[in-house]
Amino acid sequence: MVDLIYQLFPYAIAFTIPLLITSLGGLFSERSGVINIGLEGLMLMGMFVGAFTITRIEMTNPATAVWIGLLAAVFFGALFALLHAFACVTLNANQVISGIAINMIASAVTVYLARLITGSGNVQIIRGMSRVTIPILSEIPVLGRLLFTQTYATTWLVLFILAFATFLLYKTRFGLRLRACGEHPHAADSAGVNVYLMRYMAVMISGACAGLGGATFIVTLSGEFNGTAAGLGFLALAALIFGQWKPWGILGATFFFGFASTIANVSQVIPVLSQIPGIYLKTFPYVITLIALVLSSKSSQAPKAVGEPYDKGKR
Amino acid sequence: MKTKVRVKKDLYMSLFAVLLGLIAGAILMTATGNNPFDGFYFLFRGGLMNIERIGNTLATATPLIFAGLSVAFAFKTGLFNIGGAGQMLIGGLCATAIGLTFDWPKPILLSVILVAALIGGALWASLPGLLKARFNVHEVVSTIMMNWIAYWTVFYLVPQYFKGPFLETESQRIPAAASLKVPWLTSLFDGSYINLGIFLAVVFVAIIAFILERTTLGYELKAVGYNRDAAEAAGISVNRNIIFSMSIAGALAGLGGATFYVGFASNMQIGVLPAQGFDGIAVALLGANSPWGVFLAALFFGLLHTGKGFMNAMTSIPPEIADTIIATIIYFAATSVLIERNWDKINKIRLDFMIRKREAEQLEADSGGE
Repeated sequence: MVDLIYQLFPYAIAFTIPLLITSLGGLFSERSGVINIGLEGLMLMGMFVGAFTITRIEMTNPATAVWIGLLAAVFFGALFALLHAFACVTLNANQVISGIAINMIASAVTVYLARLITGSGNVQIIRGMSRVTIPILSEIPVLGRLLFTQTYATTWLVLFILAFATFLLYKTRFGLRLRACGEHPHAADSAGVNVYLMRYMAVMISGACAGLGGATFIVTLSGEFNGTAAGLGFLALAALIFGQWKPWGILGATFFFGFASTIANVSQVIPVLSQIPGIYLKTFPYVITLIALVLSSKSSQAPKAVGEPYDKGKR
Repeated sequence: MKTKVRVKKDLYMSLFAVLLGLIAGAILMTATGNNPFDGFYFLFRGGLMNIERIGNTLATATPLIFAGLSVAFAFKTGLFNIGGAGQMLIGGLCATAIGLTFDWPKPILLSVILVAALIGGALWASLPGLLKARFNVHEVVSTIMMNWIAYWTVFYLVPQYFKGPFLETESQRIPAAASLKVPWLTSLFDGSYINLGIFLAVVFVAIIAFILERTTLGYELKAVGYNRDAAEAAGISVNRNIIFSMSIAGALAGLGGATFYVGFASNMQIGVLPAQGFDGIAVALLGANSPWGVFLAALFFGLLHTGKGFMNAMTSIPPEIADTIIATIIYFAATSVLIERNWDKINKIRLDFMIRKREAEQLEADSGGE
């Protein structure tokens, strides 16, 4: 059993990280007052851009291709999110419908482009990111083996971004303003905050994070763009709600969901686990999120103004 | 009740969104080195060029009509049902399970299948309705969760109980007696996918239009949608109507699932959320949430989806262009406020002009009379 946990842990963490960073992106957007159902589409865009960029350059620069791919995914994720921001902030559109449109545009356009490039619509990279064992730290009993062996560099990058984002949101002027836009935009506006600008920035950050999440999934786990994010973006959305719109909450939620999904994914090959029916493990994140919503219905932590277009005239 | 002006405005807005969608498609085709005129020619020809393809267009439109009606109906009560995909899956699962289990004569089997799909979809959607009414859980979030619960339910139940003979990822084929396809209709349309579902869809469009416009239930549902507090004050039970509305929306999507999985197709694939569930949102928006508007919008999308394969065969344009056009239409429909604002501005200018002209005429007539 202990061995099994040691075996599963690296996979569970690898599965958690793309969810975590995407969920964190959603956190920025929703904390500023813009619902982001489009996380799935933004992630898919990151997957496509990441895989495409890497296939183009991995022959000539094998050492840096993966990192350039991740960077490109971040950039295009942010750019694509601009479409959502434009609709939600400038045009006062229905944020849910715009998010759905983002998902549909992403899946149509990326597969369209992928088909033009490869014919089949799948974009496969040759070499993903390699795992590294951190010296010294990996010598720590138990924890060393769980956390510091066979890790991806992206895992540490994402955890660093999480810590930085927490600092940004709760300890800086920028973070306070951003959160104010999601709680009471009119008050923020009267205090001199440019609500439109803050929301634009927040939505673009969410696009950058989701793009990074998608590309991370490609370089660590799947190695291939195949035209779907398979619900990862929605799982990240569930984690955002289950984590009650708090950075450390979503860390717990994504790890919880990531571990359950990993057990379900490997249960066919590991006899001990095949006794747990996969259906419970896979539906568990969504069921528990619904339960959490019911339980927290009296004291919801959701940003108060999320989903409402900001109308200056109503101040 | 909608006035004539309102209907005309909705029509122009929808046509404008379609135009923008087609322009976006043309831009994408041109940007990737294709001729958009060829593309559109083959896209529309592929959906209409012979009786078989017209049949396929109608068959493709059938689940879209139900999905669109589902979204539009919930919209009337101010609810946003984005769980159409999950409700379709559950409806399809109920239909497939019964079709594969019982060996009854076709009329009885089909009736039971349709009722089961309807009930399955209704129950699946009633939970988000209940959560909304009782705990104020936002239906957008809960229907998303229900979509994925349905996805994984089908993912594990189909291989376990109805595994196909060749592939792990699909169910067995349903027998002919359980299919909505009937020989006379298939041969009438030269072997197309068309099935009884299209008649069912037309009947339900009429039923929903009747419920919304002519019954107390429809009046109450719309009252809740317009102004919840006013409805409550007038003695309408808001909570009951929310649950009703979601259940009926779910029933429609469930039926749509039946027309897709035991009508258009003959088995269920696992690991796919039916795209119609989300296309249904576009259908409802484009049809301005009116039942007959939904019908027309669904036919248009059915045409795009049927023609895309032919276009792909005749040109080098990937078939996803149809999905791009639909997605763009949703985006522009979401941002229609902008268009609406300008529409109102143009109308105001026109009205001002007419009033001024009338005044001038009046003045002239007055001065002439003296």
